[in-house]
Amino acid sequence: MSPQRRAVSLVVNGQRHALEVVVHHTLLDVLRNDLDLTGTKECCAEGECGACTVWMDGVAVNSCLVLAVEADGRQITTIEGLSREGSLSPVQQAFLEEGAVQCGFCIPGMVMSAAYLLQNNPAPSEEEIREGLSGNLCRCAGYKRIIAAVQRAAEEGRR
Amino acid sequence: MTTRTGRRSVQGGIGESTIRPDGVPKLRGEFMYAQDMHVEGMLWGATTRSPHPHARIVSIDVGPALAIGGVHAVLTHDDIPGPGLFGLEHPDQPVLAGDVVRYWGEPVAIVAAEDEDTARRAAEAVVVEYEELEPLVDAEEADARDEVFRRMKIRRGDQEARGSVVVEGYYEVGMQDQAPLGTEAGLAVPDGNGGVDLYATSQFVHVDQQQVVEALGLRPEQVRAHPVGIGGAFGAREDVNLHIHLCLLALYTGRPVKMVYHRGESFTGHVHRHPARMWYRHEADENGRLVRVEAKILVDGGAYASTTAAVLANACYFAVGPYKCDSVAVDGVGARTNNPPCGAMRGFGAVQVCFAYESQMDRLASALGMDPLELRRRNALATGDRLATTGQVIDTPLPVVEVIDSLAAMPLLVDEPGSGGDLPGGSGLTTEPRHVRRGVGYALSIKNLGFSEGFDDYAQARVRLSPEGAIVETAAIEVGQGLVNVLAQIARTTLGVSRAEVRHVDTSRIDSAGSTSASRQTQLSGGATHEAARRLRQRILEHYRADDLDDEGVWRGDTLVAAWDDLVRDGWEETVTFRHPPTEPPDENGQGKMHADFAVAGHRAVVDVDPELGLVRVLRVDTAQDVGKALNPESIRGQIEGGILQGVGLAVMEELVLDRGRIRNATFTDYLLPTILDAPDVEAILIEQEGSWGPFGAKGVGEPPTISSTPAVVAAIRDATGKELNRVPVRPQDIALEEEVAR
Repeated sequence: MSPQRRAVSLVVNGQRHALEVVVHHTLLDVLRNDLDLTGTKECCAEGECGACTVWMDGVAVNSCLVLAVEADGRQITTIEGLSREGSLSPVQQAFLEEGAVQCGFCIPGMVMSAAYLLQNNPAPSEEEIREGLSGNLCRCAGYKRIIAAVQRAAEEGRR
Repeated sequence: MTTRTGRRSVQGGIGESTIRPDGVPKLRGEFMYAQDMHVEGMLWGATTRSPHPHARIVSIDVGPALAIGGVHAVLTHDDIPGPGLFGLEHPDQPVLAGDVVRYWGEPVAIVAAEDEDTARRAAEAVVVEYEELEPLVDAEEADARDEVFRRMKIRRGDQEARGSVVVEGYYEVGMQDQAPLGTEAGLAVPDGNGGVDLYATSQFVHVDQQQVVEALGLRPEQVRAHPVGIGGAFGAREDVNLHIHLCLLALYTGRPVKMVYHRGESFTGHVHRHPARMWYRHEADENGRLVRVEAKILVDGGAYASTTAAVLANACYFAVGPYKCDSVAVDGVGARTNNPPCGAMRGFGAVQVCFAYESQMDRLASALGMDPLELRRRNALATGDRLATTGQVIDTPLPVVEVIDSLAAMPLLVDEPGSGGDLPGGSGLTTEPRHVRRGVGYALSIKNLGFSEGFDDYAQARVRLSPEGAIVETAAIEVGQGLVNVLAQIARTTLGVSRAEVRHVDTSRIDSAGSTSASRQTQLSGGATHEAARRLRQRILEHYRADDLDDEGVWRGDTLVAAWDDLVRDGWEETVTFRHPPTEPPDENGQGKMHADFAVAGHRAVVDVDPELGLVRVLRVDTAQDVGKALNPESIRGQIEGGILQGVGLAVMEELVLDRGRIRNATFTDYLLPTILDAPDVEAILIEQEGSWGPFGAKGVGEPPTISSTPAVVAAIRDATGKELNRVPVRPQDIALEEEVAR
């Protein structure tokens, strides 16, 4: 019994991919296993932790809750697409300098959510930061440094 | 000849908050975690698990699984070419269950197939016929039936001593899970000569390697365990789980095999924090001085030994907390049941008793009409005192009074209840600000550092010179805590060079660093790095009759007598095995020098409670912590903030709920972890008192934040509600409902 497949076309980090995906595979599965973009993490696979956060047509989504076939024709941005020309994005740089990274497993998703938040709200209050990142779990760092990093990135962005 | 312009100070040495070297790859999504490994031609593994907590295996039919296209192997107990047992302290756990399954989720068969979907389908297709047996799920019943892993008895001082003020209490701690965000994952690659290379999530690769060797009847040189990137640990990775399975499948199929646990499987695939029941009696004189403490401590070890014996010992040794008392009786039991196996989690036994003894100290303060911090100050343990339980004289700095004074002096820094969006339960329609009750609570803790009870606890590290600078080679696992920073910092300061980095090597290339647990790597692997760097510098200076070493090379006065490249070419290196001061096993009364070092911490929690719905918002947890010497202050603060949040989790939300041995909430939907909305603000004071044997006087810092943060939060909820609250996590029904209804 070979799995049912369907042809999809994804634009990931600006690059078009024509793929035959297994119909029950998620966007997360396809990013990690078919496209070898392992920066996006699988953690809970049910939309609770946010470790698999990517942008689909510019909107942050849990890629574990999107079937690959649903992403057909969409523009996907992953953590690998956030860095610019080898240098860190302002959000990534702020996470680094604030010491917000420990084990780092939540970090790709956290950064994607934080960058999405700042894109839509360049000067968020602490409450808005907490609300904006409430779908992303971190088990190591206690969130204080993550909040500080988003605040720092917001300040950098206003300069 | 090069002439020197004056010695530069070392950049990135100890005391600096250097930026972690793995930060950039982690932020770019380029860091290689065990989940991300891939090699050509690899198969995927999956596990068939028991649906029963206790059952006899009547038969196993692997035929339907083998019949699936793409399946290469389906292995059971009968296919194991060795004793087939493993365990951190006693090899009592079957690699695959043979005649009997003893807990829900116990592995029964493993498969390897061309892809992950097929492997999981095959694991489900294995037909196992079980004859269900009555599970033993109550720790007290196990105690009565003498189903125990260890009994502890501590008797110290005059057993007839009596105080004028007596408080008694019964306390329970639920089963917490480490819930590291990276699930268990690994890859085993056969070497073609009967051996195997293992790359799997771990806190202690040498003990993984040893268990693979022993379980499968291999020779030690046939198995190499490699450190890999892992997404958190917190104790969950001290025991093996998929390691032996992967090696077995790789050796059987002759192909590399990868396995990644799903979240639900992870909850059954690693050990948990021991749930505990504790009966306490404190007696004090009218001035509040502890005269006698009695405790009975019962922890549920679950189905297999893991580290229950050591966790129970820790619970008993720290049963009185950081307080003086000369009359103590503690009885401890580590029960064997058919519940999920329990083992290491951050705090390791010290967490459970801290909730009990700090609750008792607050009760005692209340009975005496005394300020809770004043009561603690009057009983505070100090250097030169004896630990109340074991009688060990404390000969390293123990700043209990300083912790108390620091906490008392910290400003409260909170707004009025309900201001902003900070209502318990969020900003929805929960309660009105005027109904919110504010509470403040305090707690202190003490924890041993390093392994205890005579265990030969050591770490090896190698420092060598390379074109890129000094290299620290180690098998000590980086779990996220920042060891890759601190070992490099120690090497820089000690050698006198600005360029140093940590490189992980496998078990065949270096001796053990011991486990990344017990808050021990900064002291143990840090100690080995410090000593290796010190000796290397000394040998180089002696060889060249020189007086300084820096990034350029070796200097005699202002003359460079050997350039760095020359040193690299000559292959200078030094390998050191570092041991902490010796400890000893307890005598028949639990007395002796069982511990190498101690750390203390204190926490003050501020909570708002919605008494109608029983919801709690933890606003602040401030802390003072004994760190010896802060080698990387911001890393320490990161450990403190994260550790506190795990303590808050245990206080108000985190519990694996069992129903006759079955975990009912093995998902992130149902096992609640603190989110960013639940995270309190934290201010931390680092108390530095040098004198410990750790490098530069450093102490381990990982566990203390998680220990007394829990009772501090509960004390604050008691302060807000007036409820007794003798169980963690505190649930909404414990607050909102009358006692009779809550039960």
